[in-house]
Parts: sequence; C-alpha cells; structure tokens
Amino acid sequence: MASRGFFPPLPAGHWLFAGIVLVLAPHALHLPPWLSALAFAMIAWRWAAAAGRLPLPGKWILLLLLAGSAAGILLQYRTLFGRDAGVAMLTLMLALKLLEMRSYRDALLTVFLGYFLVITHFFYTQDIPLAVYLFAVVLVLSSALVALNHPASARHWRRPLKLSALMLAQAVPVMLLLFVLFPRLGGPLWGMPSDAFSAKSGLSETISPGSISELVQSDAVAFRAQFEDTPPAASSLYWRALVLENFDGRSWGRQRGRQEAQPALETAGKPIAYTLTIEPHDKPWIFALEVPDPQALPPDTFLTRNLQLLANKPMQRLTRLNLSAYLDHRVAADAVPSQLKHALQLPEQGNPQARELALRLRSEAGSDAEVVARALALFREQGYSYTLTPPLLGKNSIDEFLFATRSGFCEHYASAFTFLMRAAGVPARIVAGYQGGEFNPAGGYFIVRQSDAHAWSEVWLEGRGWVRVDPTAAVSASRIQNGIASALSAGEPLPFLLRTNMAWLKQLRQQWDAVSTYWDLWVLGFNQEQQIGLFARLGFGIVSWRELVWGLAIGLGVALGLIAAFTLWPGRRAAPDKVQALYLRFCGKLEKAGLARLPSEGPLDFAQRIRVLRPELADDADALVRRYIALRYGAHATAEMQRLFAAQVRRFRA
Amino acid sequence: MATLASRLFPLLAQLVRGRGSEAGPIVLDRRRIYILPTRLGLIFALFLLAMLIGSINYGLSLGYILTFLLGGVAVVGILHTYRNLQGLRIADAGATPAFAGEDAMFHFLFEAPAERLALNLRWRGEASVIFDIEAAQRIGVRVPAPQRGRLKPGRFTLSTVYPLGLFRAWSYVEFDHAAIVYPKPGEMPPDFLAAGEDDADTRPGPGEGSEDFAGLRAWQPGDSPRQVAWKVAARSDLLATKRFSDVEGSSVLLDWARLAGADTETRLSQLTRWVLDAEQAGLRYGLRIPGRDIAPGNGAAHRQQCLEALALHGLSEHG
Repeated sequence: MASRGFFPPLPAGHWLFAGIVLVLAPHALHLPPWLSALAFAMIAWRWAAAAGRLPLPGKWILLLLLAGSAAGILLQYRTLFGRDAGVAMLTLMLALKLLEMRSYRDALLTVFLGYFLVITHFFYTQDIPLAVYLFAVVLVLSSALVALNHPASARHWRRPLKLSALMLAQAVPVMLLLFVLFPRLGGPLWGMPSDAFSAKSGLSETISPGSISELVQSDAVAFRAQFEDTPPAASSLYWRALVLENFDGRSWGRQRGRQEAQPALETAGKPIAYTLTIEPHDKPWIFALEVPDPQALPPDTFLTRNLQLLANKPMQRLTRLNLSAYLDHRVAADAVPSQLKHALQLPEQGNPQARELALRLRSEAGSDAEVVARALALFREQGYSYTLTPPLLGKNSIDEFLFATRSGFCEHYASAFTFLMRAAGVPARIVAGYQGGEFNPAGGYFIVRQSDAHAWSEVWLEGRGWVRVDPTAAVSASRIQNGIASALSAGEPLPFLLRTNMAWLKQLRQQWDAVSTYWDLWVLGFNQEQQIGLFARLGFGIVSWRELVWGLAIGLGVALGLIAAFTLWPGRRAAPDKVQALYLRFCGKLEKAGLARLPSEGPLDFAQRIRVLRPELADDADALVRRYIALRYGAHATAEMQRLFAAQVRRFRA
Repeated sequence: MATLASRLFPLLAQLVRGRGSEAGPIVLDRRRIYILPTRLGLIFALFLLAMLIGSINYGLSLGYILTFLLGGVAVVGILHTYRNLQGLRIADAGATPAFAGEDAMFHFLFEAPAERLALNLRWRGEASVIFDIEAAQRIGVRVPAPQRGRLKPGRFTLSTVYPLGLFRAWSYVEFDHAAIVYPKPGEMPPDFLAAGEDDADTRPGPGEGSEDFAGLRAWQPGDSPRQVAWKVAARSDLLATKRFSDVEGSSVLLDWARLAGADTETRLSQLTRWVLDAEQAGLRYGLRIPGRDIAPGNGAAHRQQCLEALALHGLSEHG
C-alpha cells in the first residue's frame, strides 16, 4: 500500500488504534498504574502522529523507552517471566510496536499482536461479559485489518465493519466444528508459570484467628453441588475440606505426608449421590460431604487416614466430580490410644487459664461426652458473641478469647473448643471447609461461596468414633440453619449481595448463575472427558482422536462448501423490465445529443455507430452496452449487476 | 496417480509459463485464478499456532474459541480474496506509443459483475497500479521501452490481497498486443530551421511557428477524431476541432541520405528528432528512408505515420 503522507491513513488508523486501546483496556485493572499510563501515552502519541500533530519518535527514544520499560517491569515483578510480568511485557511491546510502525506490514503485525493479547485476558477470567467484550474487540481488530487493506473505503466507517462482521459470522460454524471436534489433551504440554493461577482464593492450609473471617468477606463461588435426589437439610451440609491436627499455640496446620491407611468405617442407609463443580483454587482438597463412599471415589483422588478427600494434583481448572456420601456413619470407633495420640497433642506452654478450665470441666464431668456438652453450654451461656470483626488477639490467643474478648468468628470457637477438649484429654481436631450454601432454583443446585467458609471440630468418643461438634452452632444456631447473612448484625462487612432482601435481584442473580454454570461446564470446562462424554451421549460410542480428525475434515469440508456457495453465489436475479427501462434512458440521453437509436438497431450495432460518430463516448457506451447484454441475455444476471448498470446509466453524459 | 500427475502437469506448466498470449477479452474463473498465503499470512499462521499451543497448555477454552474463530476468519478470507478476482472481464484497450528509453503504456478495460477493491496490476518488477473497479474501469500500466520497434510486453500480473492481506489471489493477463516504440530522438537540431536553405523542396514555410494552425471551431459529426482538440476538451468539456490553413508548396524532405556516415540507429534517431521539430514548427514535411517514402504532410496522423515508419524500419512484420 502506498505510504505517502502520514501512516497509517487515518480512517484505517482509527480502527487500528481503537482496537489496540480496547484490547489493552481490561489489563489496566491488574497492571501497575504506571505501566498502563505509559502504554496508553505511547498509543496516544502514535495516534497523534498519524493525524500529523506530533512527530514520530526517533530510534534513540524508542530504545530508551524499550530499556526503561523492561527495567520497570523487572523492578516491579523481579522477573520477566510468568503471567503478570509476561502480560506487562506484551502490553509494552504492543505499544512500542505501534510507535515504530511505519509500513503496511508493521500495521498488520500490530493487529496480529492485538489478537494475541486478547488471549492473555483468559488467564485472569473467562466469564461471559469478558467473552462478549473481547468478541467485540476482535470485530474491531478485524475491521482494522480490512481497513488497512483498503484505506479508501474505510472513510465510510460502516464498510470495513460490515465486511469483518460478515467474515466473523461465516467463521463461527468453522469455529464451532473445531471447538467440538478438535482432539483435546488430558493435561498441559509443559509446566505452567508459577503465578498462572494466583488469582484464586480459597481455604488456606492453616487456620489462625482471622483467617476465615477474611475469606468470608468474598462472595466468589467456591463450588456448586447438585444432588441427584432430594438434598439433605442445610444444617447437615458440612463440606469437609481439611483436617487440621497440629497446633502451635496460635494456628492449626495439617499433618503432612500421604497417609492412606483407612480407618474402620461403618455406614448405614443408602449413599447420597451428588456432583461437585469446583472452581479452580490451586489446592488439592475436595469439598466432600461426610463421609465419602470409599468404594466410589472419583478418578485421580484418594482418601487420607482422617477422611480428607484429596486430588492427586492441585485443581487448576474447573473440575466436575461425581461423588456419593453416607450421612449416617461411624468412623474409627475401634481406634486404639496410639492412633489418637496426635489428636491430644498441645504445645508445652501457653494459655494456662484455658488449661485450668479444661481440667475443671474434666473433673466435673463423668464422661468425654459430658465434657463436650459442658464446654458447649459454656459458649452458649457465658455471653459469647458471633462477629466477623473480633478484637485482635495476642500471644495467649485462646485465653484472651475465652476470658476477655468473648467475641469471635467460627475459627475462634473451633480453635478454643478443640484446645479445651485436648487439654481435658478428649481427642479432638479442627475441620475446615464450607457449611450450607444457597439453593439456586433456576439451576437446581447449591452455590457455595467463600462466604460460606467455616471451621468446626471433631471429637473422638468411646464407642462412637469421630463425631462432628460445631461450637459455632452453640453460639449462633442461625448461622448453621439460615446461613451467614442471618447470623451477623447489620454492621458486619459482608458483601452487599449476600445481605440484600430484594427478591428480584436475588432471582436475577440466581438465573445469571445458572447461565454461567452452563457456560463454565460446557464452554470453559469442555475437556477431553466432556468431549468423549458428548459423543457417547450422541450415540457414537467412544470416539478415538482419529475419528475426531475424520469428522473434523468432513464437517469442515461441508461447512466451507456452504460458505463458499454463499460467498461466491452471484446473488438475486435482475429484474428484466427495470433493465430495459434503464437502457431506454441511456438511449434517451444520446437522442438528446443528436444521436438517436434507429428503430431496427440492436445494442451492439448502436455501440458500433457511437464509436464512429462519437469516439470519445465509445468506451463508456461499450461498457454500458456490454453490461446491458449481460443483464438481458447473460446466464448470471444479478441484482448487484443491475445496481451497477443503473449507476453507469446515471453517470453517462452524451 | 498417473492421471493426477497428467492433470497437474499442465496446470503447473501454466503457472510457470502462462497460457501464452490471447487475442480476445478474458473472464477470470477458477482455471485462471491462483491463490496462496502471503508472507504475512504465514506469520499469522504462526501466531495462531502459538495461540493454540498456549490454549492447550493452559486449558483455556476461550483461547481455543478465539484461535478457531480467527482460523475460520482466515479460511473464509480465502473465499473473499478469490471472489475479489472472480468474474472480472479484462479486454485489451490498446497501447500508447513511446520513445525508446521511456515507458509505453498498455491499457486494459476491466469490467466487474460487482465492486472489486484494491486490485494490483503490474508488469514484472515495475511499479504496480492499484485500483478499484465499481463497474468498468480503464487501466494503463507502464512498461519500460528500452529500444525502438514493436514492444510485446508478455504477461501482466493482476493480484489482490483484499480484504485481509493474508492471502494473495492472482491471475495472468497476456494479450496479443504490442506498443510501437519510436527511436529515441537524436541530439542534432535540423538544418532546415536554419536560414539559407538551398533545396527548393525544403524551403522553410512562410513565417515559422504555427500560422497554418488556423484556430478552433465547434465539433460537428463527421469530423476526424484526430482533429479534435483533446486538450481543450479535457479542460472545458467542449469538443472543438482544430482547423489548419492549407499552405501549399512550403515543405521539407527529411531524407535518410542527408545523414550519410552515421549508422542506421543514429540516422533513425536523428530523423525522429527532425520529424518532431518539423511538426512542432508547423512545417509540411516528407520522410524518405530506404524502402519507405512518405509524401509531405502535416498533423498528428502524419507525424505518427512517419514515426512508425522510423520505429519499424528494418524490422519484420512481427519483429
């Protein structure tokens, strides 16, 4: 393309610059502000240069900008690799590429880079609004591509947009075929950058005062659960994630190592079948109901000694698991003291008042079960309150909580209760997970959010094995029965949407969640398993990748054949009477100029006579007559040709 | 295999050598249109590959969708690029003569069944002409004319990368046409413009200049197109005919024999120069070269006749 004047020619340039700004805009949410500002300033500079308002930067300024931004990224992220630093690099590279863009080729490469940057957004989120937005961005970038290839027609902004929209629409069937039929791999080809999934929130590996109350302030979805039959009551929905047995005086941690020795498990009744759809949280734990059926574990998972269900690998993508649970069960009733030793472990020092209280409870009670009951009664009756914002606790956190502040969140209660039990000689441990969930009637499933995060205790009782005890229920029964929002007073920092009573808003939100769940499952979660499952359900049996490739080839052939027929189809037929009228108008123009068509004269003879008498008109007249003949007698007389013929007649001057 | 090879071979041969020159107009169809990715198209494919590998590795479903969508756009782009040439009718619209060392201009008349954009017509490595066709369009392409004679340009390449620049569709246009290339005008001014001419036949006309050009009158049907004042027409939209006064007896003879001693090409060059000067001076002039004798005359047609005689001197009919 000619590059006279300023490059790129502006109508096309507007498309290009707008596309680049739009593709970078969402990154401004997570890039450091200096970096976004720098990138947008460079784009603005280039835009102004294309309009002739600013000179383009010289080679030295470009080098300086390159070195400066690379140094800035190094300082900011301490690396040039990984997700965030990579996105930062790409953003600045795109802006710099714009600044040194001087030719048609550079401009096209910039559009390609723009397309490439679209994909980087998916590291952060892949939800529906972003997908819609980025589709619009792709439309703008494609319009830029069309406009750069024909700058003149870009003066009418609709023209490149119309063509690129048509091409994108035609590309959709190709995309769908490829998406469904392209063979999927089971796992990644190589390792991921260490920060690829750092945006995920969820339960952490240890629990200390304040760790859960922080998590609860997020309304992000942790997982969804769908029961095959009637769901159990909300008060028995204890989604177990982690069992914490090591106490260091302040925080509770996991026992490390893979201990698969199964405890004795007695179950009664029929198992409850349900499906979990777990959001990526980059940790291996699975939020199973008590107690998972050891005979029906999902593939690539295992049960630990203390009945934690863990995946072999951290869950870095949306994971769908079919599980079943026995709500009626007895775990490790036959445990011997050596197996319970670690459930009595306490630090040597600290929290003397709590130890004293525990000894008192022990001496007053006749059995372990009574110790438990007395401790719960203590929480219920001694003015303890349930709050998300308890006072900070110092070194002897249990003592301070039990005897001074008396207000706390679930982790405070579980922690203090478990400490008391251990000090009183009752084997006990903390379980972290989620409790309850919001039933979504639109999708028929429970939504469990980070705000449903919970911690409770389990104690081992002679003859009954491990029994769940939730000290929070003693303080605030409403938390367990009606959810977190009902249990906290109005001033607590809960997400707005958890609080609201507006029914329509809630309903809208649930419907939206149902839609995005389908999106998550069928679009985002479409993996090898889903692909195989889909074809099995369609009656193709288990398809191999070879069959997929064949299907793809045939499908693409058919789709492209249809698109080709549509694209290359000449269009609607012309209307013969209109064509005739236009021809007579052309003859009328010549008649006025003294060159009347003879009654018997055919169009070709007439054109011949025009060439002799008015040679300067001959080229136009010939073209006109040829198109007339093609329209009148040709096999491919189209409405489009008729339109052009009309324009020719209109412009003809004799 | 054998049949496939025998079918492929003529196709390949055509691609390399072309079809040979054709007389009549051609209409571009699938047998004449070739299409391949451009270099930028190949780079785009690399971008798509990187995006696909990234999507596979990071399990980005929307990454797959984006990659497949862009792949689809590229494939659909093949059809749109092909369509931009499909159905074009191209006719030979003559050639403009040139002097050796300058560029001759070959003209083509393009007609399209619908709008065609960003077409590129080019002769070998020379600068290309970029144009759009709304319905019909006359396009001239420059071809360097290094030596006098008939210039047969061979094949022109018509191509387009519209709308995406990822694919290039092209076709060859080779008509059986030629441009006349006049000899390069020589350096020496003609002696007949100097005073003191003794040859009665080559006496300068009365009063040099363009006295014999007697003005313009309105064009009437039947006037020769050669007498139309095209420059005036281009400026004002009025057709006018040039009138010339008939000045008998004042003519020069541009004679080959007067350049004795020089070689053929130099003589032809020099005579070319004289023809131009004589025409410009408004003289009546005749031309005499071995094998050709043109009676004195004047005007564009006469000038062209003389120049053509000089251009084709010593060349066979098809030289």
